Amino acid sequence: MEAPTVYLDHAATTPMTDVAVEAMTARLREVGNASSLHASGRRARRIVEESRETVAQALNCRPGEVVFTSGGTEADNLAVKGLFWSRRDADPARTRVLASAVEHHAVLDPLEWLEEHEAAGVELVPVDGSGRLRVDALAEAIERDPGTVAMLTVMWANNEVGTLQPIDEVVALARTHGIPFHTDAVQAIGSVPVDFAASGVDALSVSGHKVGGPQGVGALVVRREVDLTALLHGGGQERDVRSGTLDVPAIAGFAAAVEVAVKQQADLAARLAVLRDRLIDGVRREVPDVVLNGDPVERLPGNVHLGFPGCEGDSLLMLLDARGIECSTGSACSAGVPQPSHVLLAMGRDAADARSSLRFSLGHTSTEADVDAVVAAIAPCVERARAARA
Amino acid sequence: MKVVAAMSGGVDSAVAAARAKEAGHDVTGIHLALSRNPKSYRSGARGCCTIEDANDARRAADVIGIPFYVWDLSDRFHTDVVEDFMDTYAAGQTPNPCLRCNERIKFAAVLDKALALGFDAVATGHYATVVDGPAGVELHRAIDGAKDQSYVLGVLDEQQLRHSLFPLGDTPKPQVREEAAARGLLVADKPDSHDICFVADGDNTGWLREKLGDRAPNQGGEIVDEATGTVLGEHTGTYGFTIGQRKGLRLGHPAPDGRPRYVLDIEPVSGTVTVGPRERLAVERISGDRLRWCGTPLPVGTVLDGAGVTVQLRAHGAEHRAVVRVLDERLEVELIDHASGIAPGQAVVVYDGTRVVGSATITRADRVPVGVAE
Repeated sequence: MEAPTVYLDHAATTPMTDVAVEAMTARLREVGNASSLHASGRRARRIVEESRETVAQALNCRPGEVVFTSGGTEADNLAVKGLFWSRRDADPARTRVLASAVEHHAVLDPLEWLEEHEAAGVELVPVDGSGRLRVDALAEAIERDPGTVAMLTVMWANNEVGTLQPIDEVVALARTHGIPFHTDAVQAIGSVPVDFAASGVDALSVSGHKVGGPQGVGALVVRREVDLTALLHGGGQERDVRSGTLDVPAIAGFAAAVEVAVKQQADLAARLAVLRDRLIDGVRREVPDVVLNGDPVERLPGNVHLGFPGCEGDSLLMLLDARGIECSTGSACSAGVPQPSHVLLAMGRDAADARSSLRFSLGHTSTEADVDAVVAAIAPCVERARAARA
Repeated sequence: MKVVAAMSGGVDSAVAAARAKEAGHDVTGIHLALSRNPKSYRSGARGCCTIEDANDARRAADVIGIPFYVWDLSDRFHTDVVEDFMDTYAAGQTPNPCLRCNERIKFAAVLDKALALGFDAVATGHYATVVDGPAGVELHRAIDGAKDQSYVLGVLDEQQLRHSLFPLGDTPKPQVREEAAARGLLVADKPDSHDICFVADGDNTGWLREKLGDRAPNQGGEIVDEATGTVLGEHTGTYGFTIGQRKGLRLGHPAPDGRPRYVLDIEPVSGTVTVGPRERLAVERISGDRLRWCGTPLPVGTVLDGAGVTVQLRAHGAEHRAVVRVLDERLEVELIDHASGIAPGQAVVVYDGTRVVGSATITRADRVPVGVAE
């Protein structure tokens, strides 16, 4: 009599929506390379281009601005390295890259690579205690020497603590100084309104499986006027900045998912915010010294990131998992050993705080019953985890 | 029972976990992350701690059908095992880190955490047997004498043994490999680990030089012939030597009698390393402290002199018949069968027949005086 799984790790990956599954599976048995010239190839190409138009309409960009990739990580790599290279090649003085200190590793690691291999000057701009970028510090960093900045990258919403970043203010700074600005919007699409054209960002990363689409597909939306150096060389399939045979079924599923996610964003956000607050209040009742990490207001509607003083997040995760409740410690597992989250450290927390946290992330299949299951289980699990650390 | 199976990524711990599950226990696999900076792919498969090993353990858990997690014990391991290893070498002694790891990590930190989290026992792939005897829990040798690992478990006390499962104690190693293959475990033919897991390339001396270079009480010293007092050479640190060592002395010129010379004694403060012929390694008496009893502690004054009483002085070493006296916080061991090349820092594990009575850390090894025929 196993209890049903309570899946509260939607920020890691969320179940595919029915429309996405249908769109993808409908294509799986069809032959056709989107680059082939015959009828089968044209049919595949048509799926890709219709998908591109669907994504463009959902995100409010031009279809030609959508570059399909293998997912969010590739989109981030392409944006960070591609913008840096093209910008520095055009003007060798531009070697600085500015990013928030709480970026995803898909951004941070390419930055580190650029620092090591391309002599880029990477500066991580601090955040405040809630994980929100300090725009004054960013302005100061740019204005120190605006002519040497190659690019800026600041995520739309943080994947760990759910804090929304002041994208408008960053865009204003980037515009003033003529610096290309990339944002990782992987966690934002479907959760908060994202309008590419209106936002003024130059490049934006999207991932399929965070919005109800398949894993292994995503896109970089990049303004046509912006030069981007290619990362993958081969057939030049995507605007010559991304090569590789296009994954037609995945792209079809991705587009269908993005369309639904954006259409239902407002309703879902309203529903999730209620569940989120119910979860926070419920856990607080059971574990009064729990700490809510991230910004209490400017946060993703489905994100609940909690610190449990005196617990190892790992122990808690295991105890909850044994009860069928699935969440995340939110810390990146680098080299097999879990490291304290760089996000919490950047927010001024110590390593013990960082190790005592859990992320519950809600999504389109979440219910009140899921939330109540966590509230019912949390106190005994916390008690056990505290004993295990003593 | 709810059981945590410690899975190193090797064949033994995988089969142990599978057997624990088959015995009806509710088993959860865990891999211990012991290194702060694991190398992803080492040459050959050695010990634990690599990402590859963690993946092997994870795949084994998948095949067995148990949940799997990685527990980060790297800080504890560093403090309790790696630093102890360095300190012991710095004191001119020879540590046994596997024993320390069992005493303080696997059956202490891991066991404590497991018990607190609601588990009842820790299962490992060690070759040893725990049985309920008339006077309580007993630790015994494994039936496969060549693989027997009761020596490195001789530090476990009654409480630790009560919560330990060693499902492989009744099986010869070749059969464990066959069973792994039959169970579809891909680690079935993975080579055994032999070296110290945290010394990545197996070069202990090089590792110690790098880690200990500045901390050793001596930065070098003389190599002296015991019989003549002649200085035969110099060295850069006593941590490069173990009593009984023959290779790597780099003495330049051979002994007058042309016979090989061995390390007889290490003086950590002056750094003097004494060498001599093989027969001078013979040890007739051993003292040890840090007593550990694998069951009910024996009172001070106890003398173990039965026919079945033996001691083992190194992992996979020989059994020596002995008379063992329990003193206050100390053991005195008279070796009926003399031993050779015994290094302080290693453990003396006391057996009565196949049963492990307890252990101590060797503080002194008295060599047979010059002139006494061996």
